[in-house]
Amino acid sequence: MSREASRRGAWLAWVVQALLVLAVLAGAAWVVNHALEVLRSRGVRSGFDFLTEPAGFSISEGWIDFDASQPFWRAFLAGLVNTVRASVPAAIFSVVLGTLIGIGRLAPHVLLRGICTAYVELLRNVPLLVQLLMLAFAIANLLPDPTEPVRLLPGVWLSKGGLSVPWPVSVEGGWWPTHFEWPEKGDFGVSGGAALSPEYVTIVAGLSFYSAAFVAEIVRAGILSVSQGQVLAGQALGLTSVQQLRIVILPQALRVIVPSLTNQLLSLVKNSSLAVAVGYPELVSVANTTIGSNGRAFECIAIIMAVYLLLSLLISFGMNRYNARVALRGWR
Amino acid sequence: MKNRFRPALAVAASVVAFAAAAPAIAGKTLDAVKQRGTVKCGVTNGVAGFSAPDTQGNWSGLDVDTCRAIAAAVLGDAKKVDFVPLNSQQRFSALQAGEIDILARNTTWTLTRDASLGFNFTTITYYDGQGFLVPKKLKVTSAKQLKNATICTQSGTTNEKNVSDYFRAQNIPVKTVVFESFEASFKAFFSGRCQAFTTDASALAGLRNKEAPNPDDYVILPELISKEPLAPLVRRGDDEWFAIAKWVPNALIEAEEFGVTQANADELKANSKDPAQQRLVGTGEDLGKLLGLDKEWSFRAIKAVGNYGEMFERNVGPKSVLKLPRGSNNLWNKGGLIYAPPVR
Repeated sequence: MSREASRRGAWLAWVVQALLVLAVLAGAAWVVNHALEVLRSRGVRSGFDFLTEPAGFSISEGWIDFDASQPFWRAFLAGLVNTVRASVPAAIFSVVLGTLIGIGRLAPHVLLRGICTAYVELLRNVPLLVQLLMLAFAIANLLPDPTEPVRLLPGVWLSKGGLSVPWPVSVEGGWWPTHFEWPEKGDFGVSGGAALSPEYVTIVAGLSFYSAAFVAEIVRAGILSVSQGQVLAGQALGLTSVQQLRIVILPQALRVIVPSLTNQLLSLVKNSSLAVAVGYPELVSVANTTIGSNGRAFECIAIIMAVYLLLSLLISFGMNRYNARVALRGWR
Repeated sequence: MKNRFRPALAVAASVVAFAAAAPAIAGKTLDAVKQRGTVKCGVTNGVAGFSAPDTQGNWSGLDVDTCRAIAAAVLGDAKKVDFVPLNSQQRFSALQAGEIDILARNTTWTLTRDASLGFNFTTITYYDGQGFLVPKKLKVTSAKQLKNATICTQSGTTNEKNVSDYFRAQNIPVKTVVFESFEASFKAFFSGRCQAFTTDASALAGLRNKEAPNPDDYVILPELISKEPLAPLVRRGDDEWFAIAKWVPNALIEAEEFGVTQANADELKANSKDPAQQRLVGTGEDLGKLLGLDKEWSFRAIKAVGNYGEMFERNVGPKSVLKLPRGSNNLWNKGGLIYAPPVR
């Protein structure tokens, strides 16, 4: 092939690619436009203007106080914060638990290895939704009634209504906590203080246990990827087995672990949307309620997609930065 | 050289083809129903008395009967209904998208739903109100005593919003725990997670009888905190289908008023001299053609499910497990609110 012909080929390739991109964009625009036209013709109101209207429903738990007179955008914000409130502890627990189980799967001790293997095989092969419902069911049936709570410590109560603990609160309108509010037993159970609701415990525990099984496999693969010679070198230096693991093996294993772990954390955050099934008011729950009250399904689903995309990109960004730190320098 | 671009061109072509084949605006619903041979009816995934499948998968209930009556009027066979179980978040999208022809899923008629979702509500088939179910042992006799209580309910319903409104107006703090499915919400209540459960009073009665570990351990509080007029709804922009969905239930109400029943319809068809009855059994003036149907449309509907009173009695009234009183759902001339414009 002459040089002339190859240059022409490259040019042609660019043109075709550009046309292809244009065709895809035009197709997408046409579909969206058509959908909006159909909605308009059927008298369906659309748009994001509803976000500033009062929501009319309340959200009973979370870091952002929300009552029915506040606007929809704040409800979505409260839902988003609740998603983060469940995902972050679940991510931390699952990484810690998963690392221990992953190491346990390689332990010389047969019983320990067996338990860890059984854990992984059981937890990763049962759908998360089923596990969540089982957890919720267990909590609902094992704990005492809210009207007859168990007092674990002074001011600490446990019941189907959740775990209540004393919590610092501020006087009305103040910014800084001034005193502790103690939970008290009332006619309908414990009120006051801070409470971990059964729904919250269910979703955090469920996500942690489930993701830990996957993290364990990632950790195991990472450790196995470090060459046996490194262990021998550690032994030659007189390091204990714990020191070998901590100083020699794990830092090298991280190069294999971190990229896969990123994927796992991404799916953990997305899986938190299953919380809606067990009654925890996170983003998807708020969106569902909104769709039920004003029917803006397109808009609400677009918000859900945008939020999860944003959260995922943030996690990817953070984990990629971390990955760059643990990666072999020569490769960059 | 050219072969390199073939896959790319294929993708481009399929994008164009997909765009061209994307759904056009649905044609007339009546034509679609006749061509398909069934009415697609959106219902709940199980609320006793309104729409619930039995162990053999046969649906029954007030909403179910409304759809059967429409199928009988339009297609001549009450069995030609495809029931599509929908949860409260799916229901509106399913109707908007044309997956169903009519939504008969104990849905409350509200201004927002009527004016902004692209729907038309037809005829109110049940006047409901939202109530509370509580365990007897709490010794609560009024909703106003529920200060600091936790209340279980279902997301995406008017119930969720009414609870907020009611207790805000009374200045009584309560907590709500909101579940995606109806089943999850009442199971949480019966397991003791919440001190009260709230939904439409009709459904409360069904729940207490069907789902409570021991029905006598629970009471329904006297307060009804909202108006919940339940009505089937159809998509806007198809007035012909809207008229059918409106007038079939109206004919069933009128049939009760003028004493036409499932049992006596044949006899009245042969002998009745009353013009109102004659119109209902198809021997009077032909009203069917105004709806795009034949002369016996309402006769078939009555033969299939009975008049409104019979439907009520069988599904939610004395002959059902719910045993709900007729109350507001009695005919207008018997002290109730059920009123059909004249079928003439």
